Amino acid sequence: MSGGAPRSVLVIGSGPIVIGQACEFDYSGVQAIKALKEEGIRVILLNSNPATLMTDPGLADAVYIEPMVPEAVEAILEKEGVEALLPTVGGQTGLNLAVACARRGILERHGVRLIGASVEAIETAEDRERFKAAMARAGLPTSRSFVARSVEEGLSRIAEVGFPAILRPSFTLGGVGGGVARDRDQLARLLGEGLALSPVHEVLVEESLIGWKEFELEVIRDRADNAIVVCSIENLDPMGVHTGDSVTVAPAQTLTDKEYQVMRDWGLKVLRTVGVETGGSNVQFALHPGTGRMVVVEMNPRVSRSSALASKATGYPIARVATLLALGKTLDQIPNAITGTTPASFEPTLDYVVTKVPRWAFDKFKGADPTLTTAMKSIGEVMAIGRTFAESLSKAIRSLEVGRYGLLDGVDPVPDRKTLLRKLQEPNWERLFYVALAFNHGLTVQEVHELTGIDPWFLQHVEALVAAENRARFFTLDSCPASVLRQFKRKGIADRALAAIWRCREGDVRRRRQEASVLPAFLGVDTCAAEFDARTPYFYSAYEDHTEAPTPSAPSMVVLGSGPNRIGQGIEFDYCCCQAVLGFADEGFETVMVNCNPETVSTDFDTADRLYFEPVTLEDVTAVLDVEKPAGVVVTFGGQTPLKLARDLERLGYPLKGTPPAAIHRAEDREAFQALCRAMGLRHPEGAIARSVAEARREAAALGFPLIVRPSYVLGGQGMAVVTGEEHLDAYLAAALKVSEDNPLLLDRFLEEAVEVDADALCDGKEGVLCGVLEHVEKAGIHSGDSSQVYPPQTLPPALLAQMEEATLGMARELGVVGLLNVQFALKGDEIYVLEVNPRVSRTVPFLAKARGVAFPRLAARLVAGRRLGELPLDLPPPRSVFVKASVFPFARLRGEDPILGPEMKSTGEVMGIGADFGLAFAKALRAAGTALPESGGIFVSVRDSDKEAFREVAAGYVREGFGLYATAGTRAYLERCGVPCEPVYKVGEGKPDAVDLLRNGQIQMVINTPLGRKSQFDEAAIRVEAIALQVPCLTTVEAARAALMGIRALSARRPDYRPLKKWQ
Amino acid sequence: MTGYLLLEDGSRFEGRGFGFKGTVLGEAVFQTAMVGYQEILTDPSYAGQLVVMTYPHMGNYGVNPQDVESRRPHLKGFLVRELSTLPSNWRARGTLDSYLREHGVVGLQDVDTRALTRHLRSRGALKALLTNEDLPPEKARETLAAFEGIDGKDLTGAVSCRKAYAFRYEGGNEPPHFRETLAPGRVASGRLHVVAVDFGLKENILRNLLLRGCEVTVIPAYAPVRDLVALGPDGVFLSNGPGNPEMAAAALPLVRYAAEHFPTFGICFGHQLLALAFGGRTYKLPFGHRGANHPVVHLETGRVEITSQNHGFAVEEASLPEAFEPTHRSLNDGTLEGMRHRELNVFSVQYHPEASPGPHDSLYLFDEFVKRMEEKT
Ligand SMILES: Nc1ncnc2c1ncn2[C@@H]1O[C@H](COP(=O)(O)OP(=O)(O)O)[C@@H](O)[C@H]1O
Ligand SMILES: Nc1ncnc2c1ncn2[C@@H]1O[C@H](COP(=O)(O)OP(=O)(O)O)[C@@H](O)[C@H]1O
Ligand SMILES: [Mg+2]
Ligand SMILES: [Mg+2]
Repeated sequence: MSGGAPRSVLVIGSGPIVIGQACEFDYSGVQAIKALKEEGIRVILLNSNPATLMTDPGLADAVYIEPMVPEAVEAILEKEGVEALLPTVGGQTGLNLAVACARRGILERHGVRLIGASVEAIETAEDRERFKAAMARAGLPTSRSFVARSVEEGLSRIAEVGFPAILRPSFTLGGVGGGVARDRDQLARLLGEGLALSPVHEVLVEESLIGWKEFELEVIRDRADNAIVVCSIENLDPMGVHTGDSVTVAPAQTLTDKEYQVMRDWGLKVLRTVGVETGGSNVQFALHPGTGRMVVVEMNPRVSRSSALASKATGYPIARVATLLALGKTLDQIPNAITGTTPASFEPTLDYVVTKVPRWAFDKFKGADPTLTTAMKSIGEVMAIGRTFAESLSKAIRSLEVGRYGLLDGVDPVPDRKTLLRKLQEPNWERLFYVALAFNHGLTVQEVHELTGIDPWFLQHVEALVAAENRARFFTLDSCPASVLRQFKRKGIADRALAAIWRCREGDVRRRRQEASVLPAFLGVDTCAAEFDARTPYFYSAYEDHTEAPTPSAPSMVVLGSGPNRIGQGIEFDYCCCQAVLGFADEGFETVMVNCNPETVSTDFDTADRLYFEPVTLEDVTAVLDVEKPAGVVVTFGGQTPLKLARDLERLGYPLKGTPPAAIHRAEDREAFQALCRAMGLRHPEGAIARSVAEARREAAALGFPLIVRPSYVLGGQGMAVVTGEEHLDAYLAAALKVSEDNPLLLDRFLEEAVEVDADALCDGKEGVLCGVLEHVEKAGIHSGDSSQVYPPQTLPPALLAQMEEATLGMARELGVVGLLNVQFALKGDEIYVLEVNPRVSRTVPFLAKARGVAFPRLAARLVAGRRLGELPLDLPPPRSVFVKASVFPFARLRGEDPILGPEMKSTGEVMGIGADFGLAFAKALRAAGTALPESGGIFVSVRDSDKEAFREVAAGYVREGFGLYATAGTRAYLERCGVPCEPVYKVGEGKPDAVDLLRNGQIQMVINTPLGRKSQFDEAAIRVEAIALQVPCLTTVEAARAALMGIRALSARRPDYRPLKKWQ
Repeated sequence: MTGYLLLEDGSRFEGRGFGFKGTVLGEAVFQTAMVGYQEILTDPSYAGQLVVMTYPHMGNYGVNPQDVESRRPHLKGFLVRELSTLPSNWRARGTLDSYLREHGVVGLQDVDTRALTRHLRSRGALKALLTNEDLPPEKARETLAAFEGIDGKDLTGAVSCRKAYAFRYEGGNEPPHFRETLAPGRVASGRLHVVAVDFGLKENILRNLLLRGCEVTVIPAYAPVRDLVALGPDGVFLSNGPGNPEMAAAALPLVRYAAEHFPTFGICFGHQLLALAFGGRTYKLPFGHRGANHPVVHLETGRVEITSQNHGFAVEEASLPEAFEPTHRSLNDGTLEGMRHRELNVFSVQYHPEASPGPHDSLYLFDEFVKRMEEKT
């Protein structure tokens, strides 16, 4: 290593949240930055994601929220005099960007060295062919395979591996573009997509190991060649299901020491062979269950989702240690942060079991294939710790928040035997519940094992859990002896599950437990199975006799986290929770965090004074509150998950702080909210509540179409739709949920052609101040989480803006909000409508915090702690630049899903683009979201009649910029009539060549297609789906097309410039 | 069938019985290795002990005929949080429960092993009574009070072989690639005859010597010096073993003789005896080192080895004669983990380079032994 530790380091983040790359890289990035700062190093950060904690002021010395492209890196290197670049904490994005920079000679040109992993090591690990060759040289077996660089090559060589064949593209993330090909047709199709998605156009075609056991090791090595295994992980779902989609368990459960040590030897050998000199890696193995034959599957030369999980599972902070190692330290020079007395050069040993369960969103993506395969599809995960596998699995299930509290809860309707067998055979997100059902129907462990490939060791515990639930049926709440109740709780069975069995309320079970003293103990996560005293208080609950929970000394504040990532509730809320912790610390409180998402910064044992890794459910939260006896508990920072608990916590007498539950109710309850609007003289869309199908029809007729309909109490617009007429409503009612007394349907007049606006405000209960107002680019009707947004507003008349600001503050005061409040408005002409009020932090808060350089949630926490607004340092100068939010969607990964937007949120993440004007900021935002606007070429256009007039100008603009337009008949006829020239093109099914052919031929560089409505959508969908598969930008609203045109114009006038955030604010 | 562990300080930990039904007295200690229970059970160094496993699930992969370190279990009691009834592994040939029953080991499950471990960590290893039959508490207290403990006992004599024998190993049904992974760094070029003194040895040590081309003859702990000489060894190996090394004073002349005349390598108990034979002292650690994750630094290279450890006693570094220099040290508590003689061809480690259970980081010590023997001949 030349020149010792660098004086300044550029850290690369992982960009927007996408499937396969979530908050875990905010967690690893924050650890890395903290570690670098402790070493006195100047840290420069590049990350396009404003919702991250790592981009907060006060962590890195200079933060660049810019597109993660080589040009941006080069600009940063020029400005900042960076000495080294750390690419290993930013996921696949970080690695790929570093390699791209190295390939272009950017690093060399600026004399910057890579630390943490060399380009050779990255390429050896990520290029599947080179990896296999390296393994072969080291004598480590991998599966039979060849690399295909074209579909033809794949088809001609397929005999080498046979069917089914596994496709694994190089340099991709979470198995995207990969899959299982069972015949030549599938091979040709999957290979085509995989080649398109691999940045180097290579796909490994491999012998199938489906059904083999899958394991992972987290390994670390230092420059003195000390190497250790931090954690072993066993996948419950065998090979064929991506590890990110598998239920996984730490430590490995079914290996003897002999087998485990061979795996350990191989893991370290892989690390040395690939040449990871310092830092952490993840190595995956497949093991034949009948013979023990083992092969190496892959290695990731960086911290990963699994290493975040391993860090949380063991208490060993892999990213932090890996960063220090990259600086040239050795493992024995780094103290174990948890014991404080022993060094980091040891292997954690656990005395508990950790289970991770992923969470999917197939209910939102009805077009996507819900079968689990080698390409990851889940969007979040939970982790639970228990003393036994059964206990941790049970806790994980209730952590998921999918409305299930026990294994027999709600797989509905109970399938017939044939369906059941298929559900066991074909991996799907509910498989665990079908396994339970199978045991309930009398299948044996052996039978279920043969159908699922899940190891009998895990199955026997599921069977035992099912047996326990069934045993509970022989009792009632009162007849169940305390000793038996304790046995159920020791298996992790939730109060809610017992209450369902005993037909009583959850509270009754809790009371019964309290009377019988069946209470959980809190045990420490200490890396060493209690061999040494632990300093860092990191706890989990288990039904043991001896509790280790500390006796509280100073008054504390408990912050409830937001649980697993899902669409509509993700990293933004973790950001707010972490900020709240800081705010309460500012006010002198000890801070306590409760959360169950292993990816997050909030569950870093370093974030709050005490961490309870627990499900965010009433049962588990109250157990923590009972031992903590805090001065306060807050539910308004973690999104809807903790907010739901507000009323129960208050009723049970816990010291709820912040906006009072009554105010939360006033904002969230439909009738109360309407009354509030009326009282304040604010307009809201006319609406009605229907408690039956008939009522829904009646109300719809009365209100008139179009209508926006949704089930009550939803998040992220779940199940929400715009219905255009009676027939459409009937179809919705038939497809959607049962409308009933308990599940009312909300109907609202749909405001057409309305501009949507988000406003956030801080309030101390009496006085309020505005954080900012965001104008949406797309019209109302596209979920606020999906639409592009701009700060400051660009087209809103000042008078209306002022009215909305006033209304927001008025609402905050009227509700008595203590903390943050979010209001969504729609502007129709000059009429202002209030769409909804969220009496909590919102998705837009982190964005505004970054745009304005003010840590709003942290200040909100100080207000919750009792400060007045006037006492806080609050400096809000007018913005000097334009900040655009663009959303990132999972369509490329969820094959077959139509990428149109609507009132139901579909995006997984967001980015920020900043520029001197809107066009530039928008172009940068799209670039950061992975959509490079074309400079020239062909554009396919097809817009619905109602959009045509508005589109004319936009189309003419593209032509003036030199683009050629291809239009379908109707659009073409209209445009030609208006004097905009365009080429004709067939819709799919009309004739050849059609739009899809042009796309495949590379004649089309962008698609502008506003959906025509329900009937004729089918062939259009094919075009959009194809565009997504080929990574061609696809715009589905006129507003987006107009904004993109402004972006293209801006880019042709000048190159984007890249500056530290401070210089933009 | 309920049972309990009664400790000499009066505390009691309850559980349910499994394995052999009975009542035993011994020293309660904890082990933090997550896998390798069969190796632990059959390691003679645990003679006289009641072993608490800190990892909650035990028995997951059953038992098999290969993963043994001697012919039978030596510890007296085995305490776990949860016993697996359905083992899952392609090499499994039986359950842990029946294995313990067969070999007379008293088991207790459903024990709050974490609380028990924390207790032992703060109080140190304690004398204890373990029962899984209906033993009245009063009776248990009396029996435990009369138990003098194991520190004053010669356990070596009880576990060592009775007669000398040649060690052979045909290989068993080990995992695929197991042997390749163990690939020795050095294989003897000619015939090397190692005499291993059995203080309670783990067979994997001998397997490692065979793998390096050595011939191995095992002799009893208290064999007379002349027996050793008669065998004409190229090197002498001093094995691990149970209990207090001071109780094996009878072996010290043999140890001293071996060290002065042959390349000699000691592990664990063998290491402690070497220190005693040259006038050093040993002492009892508060709660010992028992695990498969102990970091040890090799002082010469600065390299860290993750080691397998199982010892309740340690060598007092300050008591060592000048002629010995430390070679390895624990990174956890700084205790001496290895030494060598400055003039004589003698070296030893406190930990278990043969692993089993545990990482293979320290197998190079066997290569080193082979090298020392070859240089001598
Ligand atoms: N040859 C194979 N046969 C069956 N399944 C496989 C094979 N190779 C990989 N897989 C499965 O695909 C998943 C993803 O493959 P992997 O190489 O780990 O890609 P990624 O880089 O996305 O993690 C693995 O977790 C494993 O379950
Ligand atoms: N009456 C309406 N007219 C037009 N669009 C609406 C109307 N109500 C809601 N929307 C659209 O639906 C989206 C989601 O509705 P919202 O009430 O904000 O749900 P959520 O609670 O999921 O955020 C909004 O962002 C907006 O674009
Ligand atoms: Mg993988
Ligand atoms: Mg990978």
